[in-house]
Amino acid sequence: MTKKKNFLDVISENRFIHILLSILLGFLVGAIFLIAMGLSVGEAYGRLLSSVTNLKGFSYVVVYAIPYIVVGLSVAFSFKTGVFNIGAEGQYVVGSMAACCTSILCGGLPKPVLIILCFLTAMIAGAVWGIIVGFLKTKWGINEVLSMIMFNWIAFYLSNFIAGLPAIKNEGTAEATKNIAANASTLFSKDFINSLGLCPTANWGIFVAMAVTVLVWFIIEKTTLGYELKAVGYNKFAAEYGGIHVNRSILTALAISGALAGLGGALQLMGMGGRISIFTSQEGYGFAGIVVALIGCSNPFGVFVAGLFYGALMYGGSKLNLVGVPTQLINVIVGTVVFFIAISVIFENLKRLKSRSRRKAEAPKPKKADERKEEKS
Amino acid sequence: MNNFVNSLGIILFATLAYSTPLLYAALGSCFSEVSGVVNIGIEGMMTAGAFAGTVIAYFTGNPWLGFLCGGLAGALFGALHAIATVNLGADQTIAGTAINMLGPGIAIMLAKVMFNSTDTIPLTQAQKIPKLFSGTFDTSTVFGRFMDNVFANYASTYLVFIAAVLVWFIFYKTRFGLRLRACGEHPQACETLGIDVIKMRFLCVCISGFLAGLGGACVTMTISTQFRPISIVGQGFIAIAAVIFGKFRPHGALIGCLLFGFCSGLKVVLGGSSGIDMQLISMIPYVVTVIVLVLFVGKSRVPSANGKPYIKAK
Repeated sequence: MTKKKNFLDVISENRFIHILLSILLGFLVGAIFLIAMGLSVGEAYGRLLSSVTNLKGFSYVVVYAIPYIVVGLSVAFSFKTGVFNIGAEGQYVVGSMAACCTSILCGGLPKPVLIILCFLTAMIAGAVWGIIVGFLKTKWGINEVLSMIMFNWIAFYLSNFIAGLPAIKNEGTAEATKNIAANASTLFSKDFINSLGLCPTANWGIFVAMAVTVLVWFIIEKTTLGYELKAVGYNKFAAEYGGIHVNRSILTALAISGALAGLGGALQLMGMGGRISIFTSQEGYGFAGIVVALIGCSNPFGVFVAGLFYGALMYGGSKLNLVGVPTQLINVIVGTVVFFIAISVIFENLKRLKSRSRRKAEAPKPKKADERKEEKS
Repeated sequence: MNNFVNSLGIILFATLAYSTPLLYAALGSCFSEVSGVVNIGIEGMMTAGAFAGTVIAYFTGNPWLGFLCGGLAGALFGALHAIATVNLGADQTIAGTAINMLGPGIAIMLAKVMFNSTDTIPLTQAQKIPKLFSGTFDTSTVFGRFMDNVFANYASTYLVFIAAVLVWFIFYKTRFGLRLRACGEHPQACETLGIDVIKMRFLCVCISGFLAGLGGACVTMTISTQFRPISIVGQGFIAIAAVIFGKFRPHGALIGCLLFGFCSGLKVVLGGSSGIDMQLISMIPYVVTVIVLVLFVGKSRVPSANGKPYIKAK
């Protein structure tokens, strides 16, 4: 067909345009709230923009974005395989705590060894957290959403418990763990940070995040494993019929997803965090990961960009109260963005209905009974 | 012995107190899930209800009006979820995630604007939901003290158990309930019988938001007397877990909520007396839930059409 595409067709086909439109609408709704509250839209959005568009601000954004990207990849990976990893929060927490313990207990090791060891223990801890849930699902048929919610809280209290142990607890009065060993830190050197004028927590974790992004893309798109996992995600029964071990795939997917979330925890701790406080409420990185995966359409590179975007909003949002705007405005904006992303399927549905009615119109009419009789004779 | 009876009374009190908001939200979740709409936004609807309930009670001085408005605020977000998922066919998990950001976001932002703080001003005794049985029992006897302990709950607690029976009745003894369940199992079949699936689901998601809103309001209007950003931290998700635990049946959800409440009550009593680390004790409800699931409950059968948007065929 050489029919010229109309405007609606272009919009409905392009996911990227959906996301951009949703973001635009998010800011629009944010502006409506600002006006309703009697605050200046220009001042609020101006502050949001100005706080992230200088080098120091941008370096903050990157630092904020590191865990969002990696946890976002974790959730995106699970989406691809048809599992909704609402348990990334718990996997993040145990990963972060595992890295923290490793760095404190093995602080004497040389820097590269210790850092790799920290990453590994974090990934293993996260993977174990994922596998437990997977095992409950495949062995006893326990709904994964339920057990993930439970294991998020078990991780929460486990982390608090470990943070209170004498070997781990801060010597001072702070309700937190000891600071991680200097050897386990991923921060750039002080001189480098000062010479460029970056933020004090600038670290090279972003390069790890980049590498993980490419790796996840590679696994999903270029390996047999990725193919099998996606097949299970699309249609469990067809995949099984095709000779794929569904249960094993679910376990693998959850293990990888958990390992990624755990790594996110390690990267946050070894770069920005430095130590783990005793939690009073959930950190919210798992939830942020879900949002980032959604905005990034579960595409690894999309997730990377979405993570930076989310980081920018979070960092910029933390500066909003300087102009008297509640920081929560950011949540309203992001919530609206996600809402519009959710309903953007309306375009696809519209198209499907349109093509269906077109097919119906073009299809030959069934012949009437007497016509058929005539043919026979 | 006296001590034991006392502790038992306190545990039972805490069981009821902890399960109340969960049960409101879980009953709400039942409505939505059974009609075929995954509602992960329960948490956000609870927060909206908690805020609206507290604020209205604070300004009008009438706790019941506040309580009702809490429900309505929840229903408002329910309607938002319904428009996205039922009318526009959006992914239900994504829309629910959006509700979970919007509910707390808007509530805390409004608190900031209205009270210049993220916390609202604490309610006075008269603005809180009243206790029904304070002073009814003679506390000089052991039994009287036990009863006094158990029934020291707020009116919202007794109300939710009535609501649970009512929901069970609606689900299994009325035509509406039968239709509701059918919508979640096979919407196409419903449509051929002349049931408006879209309308049914829309209504159910709104009811779900209303009940979640009530659940949120009874958190901030009873034991805690103010709305704070940490008022609703995960209760909505626990309620969803209780529904899955109860195999998507209101009476099952009731048991799930009570089990969870009981373990939390145990935590209160154990935390004071035993030498076990508080963090480990806090873990009990979650660990017990998983263990009970593995040992006794097993697989939860999800309504067949749950999570699938229903697009009316032309």
